[in-house]
Amino acid sequence: MLESLLAVKNALPYILQGSLVTVGIVLGAMLIGLALGLPMAVGQVYGTRPIRYTAAIYVWFFRGIPVLVLFFLFYFGLFNALNLNLSAIVTAALVLGLRGVAYQSQIFRGGIEALPHGQLKAARALGMSDTRAVVSIILPQVLRTSIPGWANEYSIVLKDSAIAFVLGAPEILSRTHFVASRTYEHFALYLTAGVIYFCLTWAGVHLLHRLEKKLYIPGYSS
Amino acid sequence: MAEEELLRVEGLSKTISGTSILSDVDMVVRKGDLKVLIGPSGGGKSTLLQCINLLLFPDSGRIVLDGREVTFRRKREVLAYRQQIGMIFQEFNLFDHLNALQNVSIALRKVRRMSSRQAAERAERELERVGIWEQKGLYPAELSGGQKQRLSIARALAMDPAILLLDEPTSALDPELIGEVLAVIRDLSQRGMTMLMATHQMGFARTLAQEIMFMEQGRIVEQGAPQELLSHSGAEQSRTLSFCSKINELYA
Repeated sequence: MLESLLAVKNALPYILQGSLVTVGIVLGAMLIGLALGLPMAVGQVYGTRPIRYTAAIYVWFFRGIPVLVLFFLFYFGLFNALNLNLSAIVTAALVLGLRGVAYQSQIFRGGIEALPHGQLKAARALGMSDTRAVVSIILPQVLRTSIPGWANEYSIVLKDSAIAFVLGAPEILSRTHFVASRTYEHFALYLTAGVIYFCLTWAGVHLLHRLEKKLYIPGYSS
Repeated sequence: MAEEELLRVEGLSKTISGTSILSDVDMVVRKGDLKVLIGPSGGGKSTLLQCINLLLFPDSGRIVLDGREVTFRRKREVLAYRQQIGMIFQEFNLFDHLNALQNVSIALRKVRRMSSRQAAERAERELERVGIWEQKGLYPAELSGGQKQRLSIARALAMDPAILLLDEPTSALDPELIGEVLAVIRDLSQRGMTMLMATHQMGFARTLAQEIMFMEQGRIVEQGAPQELLSHSGAEQSRTLSFCSKINELYA
């Protein structure tokens, strides 16, 4: 028991450094997903048929393939073929981000479609272009109503980031595995890793929940 | 009252998924007129209003506003044209994430490119005009139905429209709230605002409208001054009159 605690105490700074890597991967992935998922959602709702089809194919590709397969496909397959020398960390952020584009676009698409249809009409009637109406009227509301879905997406991406272990990214799990295989304190160390993941999930979801409350509009049903 | 022609619609037709909604509609609205469109649901009133401000594009026909024929080929022209036509919807269609003041000022800022301060000042004046200045900080969900519709009128007026189109502005309201919205419309009419309004408020139409147009199956089948259409004097009862007595039976 005491040995286990000692092993955890010794390993903790090393593993916690890995949580910075994990957070970096997750933030990168979430931002890629936001930056591209939002326009993709707009394209899926308001776009022309070719745009809608292209988006649908994209979504189905990333929705239908396991993350582990995606990691191998991009890291050993695509990036090799393209002679791209990307680090494991960057690859993990990129692949989780590209998959996040697919999932986040569905969150935002649902948000757009749930808005009362008449607001776009009213914006057009005031002389706004469709782009202006989407930016000034639709998206501010969609971003608010999408926060719960986005928090959920964060919690999934955070835990999927552990799969970056297979690429050798020095994140929480890799480091835990490294220490555990040397000290044989598997139970205590993996439990520690689990607690760290739990804390990161809780902190992120809690932060987003506070943001949601801060952006609350009186009487607004979301 | 000025007799100058403001809006002319000629031969307007619209078919939506194979069904003819408007066929060959002609009408003229003069400056300062309050014209009322009545008729059964599905008769094309709403489609006509939306075609006039190009929220829907007519299949054929001409629209002339203030002596200039409206072309709807170029996007920029359509956007500029829509600014000149104020539109009031039955369901208000307010921007739910903006308070009353912002609902009015957003188009001033984003379309008219006014500074935030100028836009806010103008918005306050419009809110005052429709009597909801005190509610300027409230969000749509915090307003009563009547206040919501007055807000949507203020939002349209802020763009200085040449004409206001009202699509059954009181039909979504509780009976006790209808009066306050009609009072605003009456006031606007008396100040010379040109308006084309679809409504079932026959009492209002009878006392204030210059002309009533009765629409049925995509056509204007009768039009004339309220006294002509709503009096029993003629040998034959008008379509308008029999429709109105049907409505009145429902409310009696």
